[in-house]
Amino acid sequence: MTTLTEQLPAPAPAAGSARPVRRRRLVPYWLLLPGILWLLVFFAAPLVYQASTSVQTGSLEDGFRVTWHFATYWDALNQYYPQFLRSVGYAAIATVLCLGLGYPLAYLIAFRAGRWRHLLMILVIAPFFTSFLIRTLAWKTILSDGGPVVRTMDRLHILGLTDALGVTEGHRLLATPLAVVCGLTYNFLPFMILPLYTSLERIDGRLHEAASDLYARPLTIFRKVTLPLSMPGVVAGTLLTFIPAAGDYINAELLGSPDQKMIGNVIQSQFLRVLDYPTAAALSFILMAAILAMVTVYIRRSGTEELV
Amino acid sequence: MTATAPSTGVRLSGISKRYGTFTAVHPLDLSVPAGSFFALLGASGCGKTTTLRMIAGLENPSTGTVELDGTDVTALPPHKRPVNTVFQSYALFPHLDVYENIAFGLRRRGLKSVRKQVEDMLELVQLGDLARRKPQQLSGGQQQRVAVARALINHPQVLLLDEPLGALDLKLRRQMQLELKRIQTEVGITFIHVTHDQEEAMAMADTVAVMNDGRIEQLGAPADLYEQPRTTFVANFLGTSNLITAEVLDASGDELALRAADTKLTLPAKRCTGTARVGEKLLIGIRPEKITLTPAEDAGTVPEGRNRVTGRITESSFTGVSTQYLIDSPVAPGLAVYQQNIERDSRLAPGAEVVLHWNPGHGFGLDAAQRIEAGTDVDLGEGPS
Repeated sequence: MTTLTEQLPAPAPAAGSARPVRRRRLVPYWLLLPGILWLLVFFAAPLVYQASTSVQTGSLEDGFRVTWHFATYWDALNQYYPQFLRSVGYAAIATVLCLGLGYPLAYLIAFRAGRWRHLLMILVIAPFFTSFLIRTLAWKTILSDGGPVVRTMDRLHILGLTDALGVTEGHRLLATPLAVVCGLTYNFLPFMILPLYTSLERIDGRLHEAASDLYARPLTIFRKVTLPLSMPGVVAGTLLTFIPAAGDYINAELLGSPDQKMIGNVIQSQFLRVLDYPTAAALSFILMAAILAMVTVYIRRSGTEELV
Repeated sequence: MTATAPSTGVRLSGISKRYGTFTAVHPLDLSVPAGSFFALLGASGCGKTTTLRMIAGLENPSTGTVELDGTDVTALPPHKRPVNTVFQSYALFPHLDVYENIAFGLRRRGLKSVRKQVEDMLELVQLGDLARRKPQQLSGGQQQRVAVARALINHPQVLLLDEPLGALDLKLRRQMQLELKRIQTEVGITFIHVTHDQEEAMAMADTVAVMNDGRIEQLGAPADLYEQPRTTFVANFLGTSNLITAEVLDASGDELALRAADTKLTLPAKRCTGTARVGEKLLIGIRPEKITLTPAEDAGTVPEGRNRVTGRITESSFTGVSTQYLIDSPVAPGLAVYQQNIERDSRLAPGAEVVLHWNPGHGFGLDAAQRIEAGTDVDLGEGPS
C-alpha cells in the first residue's frame, strides 16, 4: 500500500488545508473496501464457519457443539481415501486430455485461423450459453445404452477394447470411468483453451521469424520458442481445469456409478443426505489443503514466475 | 565463381512481390558485391523491407530468383539460408537471457561447445557483463547490440539489417552507425542495410540503392548519388536540391545554354541525364551549399563564368555551422542557399536583394517531365515498409 500511495502525485501545496491531502491518501483504501468486504462476507466468514463445523461433534437431533474433535479429519481420510485418490486421478487424466486437445486447437486459432479466429473463439465459448448441468445431462442421453454412440463403438469393436483395458464395462459407456473422465474433459476444455489461446496469441510472430532466420526448423521453433513462451497459459489452463475437476461431482453423479464416486460426491452426500456436517466440512478442508499443496509444488516446479 | 573479383554476395534477378493487386516490389535486378556495405534507402512503403525479407526467405518472391554466392536459394526456407537478419524491433527471445539469445543460432546448428564463440561475440559488442540479463532488462542500444551479435555469431554470408537503428534516439543512433561500420570492417561480411534515413545510408554504406514505389530509382556510391542524382526523387530525397525549370537554347557544344525567366544559365552537357534538345525544357538542379550569395550592390565582384541569378532573401536561419537562406527569385520561388559562417555579411538579411552564383559544373540536369517535388513529401514513418 505504501508504494501505491507514494506513486500518487504530490498534492499541490496551494490547496490550503491538510484535509484534501489526507483524503487523497485514503483513496486507495476506499477503492479496496468493496472487494475486502466481499471477501470477508463470502469467503473468510464461510471458511471460518466450516472450520468450526469440522471440529464439532453431536447429531442433528441433539445439535452440534465445538469439541475440537480433530479425529474427524483422520476418520474421514481413512474412510474416503479411495475417493480422494480417484478424484485426483480422474482430474489429472482429464487435465492431460484437455491439454492434449486444447493446445493444438488454441495454437491453430492463434496462429493459423486468420479471419476465422473470432468465430472459432466464439465456438469455444459457446457451450457456456447453456448450463453445465444440462450439457452433462445431454451427454447422459448421447452415451446411453443402445444409443448411436454405443452401437457404433460396439460395431467397430472399440468397446471390446476399452472393456479389456478396464475403462468401460459390459459393452456400455455410462457408469464407467471412461464416461466420467470424458465428461470432465468436455466440461473443462474451454477453461484450458482460453488461457492457452491468450498466451499464444500474445507471442510476437516476429519471434518465429527470428528463430527461423537462426536455423530453427519448424518443430524446433515450437520446442524452443512457442512452448516456453506459452508456459504461463499452460500453467493457468491446467490449474483452471484440474482444481474444479478434482472437486467436481456432477460428472460422476450423472455419467458414473457408485464405483466412480469422486470426493465431491462424498462431500455432497455427507452434507445433504447423511447430514454429517463435521465429516463433510473436514473432507472439504482436506480437499482444499491437498489441492493447495499440489498447486504450490506445481507452480514452483514449472518456474513460471520467471516468464511473466 | 572464381573468375570475377570481387565475387557477388547477393544477386537478385527479376525479383518481385505482389499481394493481390498491390505490387510491393516491381521486378528488379540487383547485385551486391561480397564484403560490401550496401544500403537500401527509401520512404516507408517503398518495398525495401519486402526486398530484404525475400533475401532472408521470410517472404516468397512472386517472380525472380535470389542467389547467394552463386547458389540459387529461392526455394529454400529461412532456416536453410546462410543469411541472418537484425530485425527492426530486434525480436529478441524474451524467455532467454543475452547469452542464450546469442547462442541460439549456434545451438540450432548442433554446435556442442558455444562458450568461446559467445564470449568473443559478447566482447565484440561490449556486452560481457550483461550476459545473464533478460532482454527486457536492457536499454534500447544494448538490445540492438544483442540483436547484431545474435546474427553475426553465425558468420552468415550476408547480414540483413532492417531499420536496426530506427528505435534509438539520435545521439545513440550516430554512435551505433559508427559501431556497425566498425564491426562490418572487422568481420568483412556483406551487410545489406534497410533504412529511411538518408544520412545514415550515406554515412555507412559503400553503395546506396534509392527505392521508390517498389522500384530502384538509382544506385551508386553515396557521393555520386548526391552529386549527380538522375531523378527528381533522388535529388530531393537525398539532401535538398534547388530545381529550376529552364529552356534549352543551344545544345551543340559541351556546354548547354539555357534560359530560365530571362536569365541565361549554362550546364555541362555531360551532367545532364538524357539528351537535351533545343526548345525543350529541362530541370537544372543545384545543391544549396554550392551557391554563393553576394549582395546586389557588389554584383560586379562575381567572377566571370559563373551562373548568376538575382533574388531577394525572404528568410534566414542561423544554425551555427552555416546560415540557411530562403530566396525568392524570378527563376524559381523559395531557393535554398546554405552559407558557411566564415565571414558573415550583415547585409545578407531578409529583404536584401542578392545575386546567387555558382560554378556551372556543380549543377545537374534532369528530365523536366517528372514531378518536380517528388521526394520532398514522402512519409518517413518507421512503420513496416
